[in-house]
Amino acid sequence: MSDPNASAAAAAPETVEAETFQGADLPPQPGSEKPRSLWSDAWRELRTSKIFIISAILIFIFLIMTVFPQLLTFGKDPYTCDLKLSRMGPSSAAWFGYDNNGCDVYTRTIYGAKASIMVGIFATGFTMLLGGFVGVMAGFFGGWIDSILSRLTDIFFGIPLLLGGILVLSSFPSSENTNLYQEVGKVVLALGILGWTSMTRIMRSSVIQVRNADFVVAARALGATSGRVIRKHVVPNSLAPLIVVATISLGGYIGAEATLSFLGLGLQPPVISWGTMINDAQPYIRVAPFMLFFPAFFLSVAVLSFIMLGDAVREALDPKLR
Amino acid sequence: MTEHLLEVDDLFVEFRTRDGVAAAINGVSYSLDAGQTLAVLGESGSGKSVTAQTIMGILDMPPGFITGGRILYKGKDLLKMPESERQKIRGAEISMIFQDSLSALNPVFTVGDQIAEMFQVHRGMSKKEGMARAVDLMEQVRIPAAKERVKDYPHQFSGGMRQRIMIAMAISLDPKVLIADEPTTALDVTVQAQIMELLQDLQRERNMGMILITHDLGVVAGVADKIAVMYAGRIVESADVLELYGKPRHPYTQGLLDSMPRVDSKGEELYAIKGLPPSLLRLPPGCNFNPRCPYKQDLCLQEVPQSVEVAPHHMSACHFWQEVARD
Repeated sequence: MSDPNASAAAAAPETVEAETFQGADLPPQPGSEKPRSLWSDAWRELRTSKIFIISAILIFIFLIMTVFPQLLTFGKDPYTCDLKLSRMGPSSAAWFGYDNNGCDVYTRTIYGAKASIMVGIFATGFTMLLGGFVGVMAGFFGGWIDSILSRLTDIFFGIPLLLGGILVLSSFPSSENTNLYQEVGKVVLALGILGWTSMTRIMRSSVIQVRNADFVVAARALGATSGRVIRKHVVPNSLAPLIVVATISLGGYIGAEATLSFLGLGLQPPVISWGTMINDAQPYIRVAPFMLFFPAFFLSVAVLSFIMLGDAVREALDPKLR
Repeated sequence: MTEHLLEVDDLFVEFRTRDGVAAAINGVSYSLDAGQTLAVLGESGSGKSVTAQTIMGILDMPPGFITGGRILYKGKDLLKMPESERQKIRGAEISMIFQDSLSALNPVFTVGDQIAEMFQVHRGMSKKEGMARAVDLMEQVRIPAAKERVKDYPHQFSGGMRQRIMIAMAISLDPKVLIADEPTTALDVTVQAQIMELLQDLQRERNMGMILITHDLGVVAGVADKIAVMYAGRIVESADVLELYGKPRHPYTQGLLDSMPRVDSKGEELYAIKGLPPSLLRLPPGCNFNPRCPYKQDLCLQEVPQSVEVAPHHMSACHFWQEVARD
């Protein structure tokens, strides 16, 4: 048998693996092959995916809007409005036109990203943590713990997300002196309190798959405690589906926030978000359609790019789809 | 009676399934001393792995239930210990290696991480010290270029090398007892021999007691001191290796030995024990082996044979062991 590493260096990644398997007990040549984990493998796969690159660029732009909106608005302030410019159409001075109060729609659209993206990220983080935790507990311990947690999940799962959101938000109306972060926090809570159930179900089923894997049994046999088994062996091996669903649902939460704000329940003025802008534009849709179009377009692109990112991540993490 | 390092005494384990109660272990007893190798032989489903899992305390409960017996380690009953105390024994005092080393290693961490973890958890070492010990151990289990390979992931190793890593993890804390559950079954023959040799060397160096669970008579011959043959959750015969191979006193053992291919029997049809192992849900009455036994008589259908000492340290559970001896 010839040196497997020499042939492997030239061959495709799949062959490298096959060769190392057969290349029985030969030591590797230093530097010929970098250690590869599931995650580094997925990253390698992602970098070549067009969908990932497109969605990543878009998300990067949205993140810049969130953190440094002033960079993209050339220093314009979203709250500086001039009533005499009310509902003027797009022009070179204001690319997206002016809204009912004579505020620049472009500037407001850029600033609106902050609230929308923040709601998306924090709602996803919240549901991932809560749902993931409940899912791990239910899946790992099974038995009556699983029964109780699963029934609890079912109950929450039965309440529609938007209905629950409306219920929570209308019970705790915001006053004039709530700031952006309190507003965002409230919406995150309203979405998260019902949104965690799907995360729980996904985490639970993937933990059940991993729980009986030989390496978990082996870890226990070699003296690892339950906590350690969960942290080191179960969670890292069952996280992939959760990450995929989380990325996709991030877009969903941005959409849900817009829906709630559109209904006048989510974020409240003076907080700017795409949802509130669409709400503002609704009465004037026939006179000034651009007021509706631009924030709605940004919203759609944001939701789409997170869903595309989720798709790309799923393809990279699931070897069966390759 | 002298105290053994590990003693399994009249152990009963059953699985309560939807289809009924499966009697997996029906009164198994064996003992192990330091530096000794006990081979537990048997077909799939004979209860050899379940016994090992019960000793380790990794049996799935439920559906598994321990319905009787004791497991004494250094004179203390493991089954009566609180979980926290057993935790300290697992891995550090009694350790185990598994059949399929690819699935027994965590795919998302490097092998070095996993070996080092043993030292971090049980010895409170830092990551750096743990990694240094991991390289040490990988050298001890004869993995070439251990320093570089410590940062590799399990799937980058060949089957034999992975089993060595599993062994390195299992012996990392100097356990007194090592249970090897079919350690060579997933490997090809040449690698099997290397792994068995390694296990034997490590055992001698460290004076460990080793329980070798296997269905491969060839693997056992060179390594074991004592053999216990299991059938349908019972030990049907146990003896020292040479005694058992030379003078089997149970028809099942005899059948197993006869079914081994030999160089001098080339061209002849291979002997096979007729029938299949019984379902654990419906064990045949009397002697469990009676449906397949060439020596079967009416007594075998009625009475469970007791284990009798047919020669010094040689036990057989057959009503007609004397007739087996005559053949």
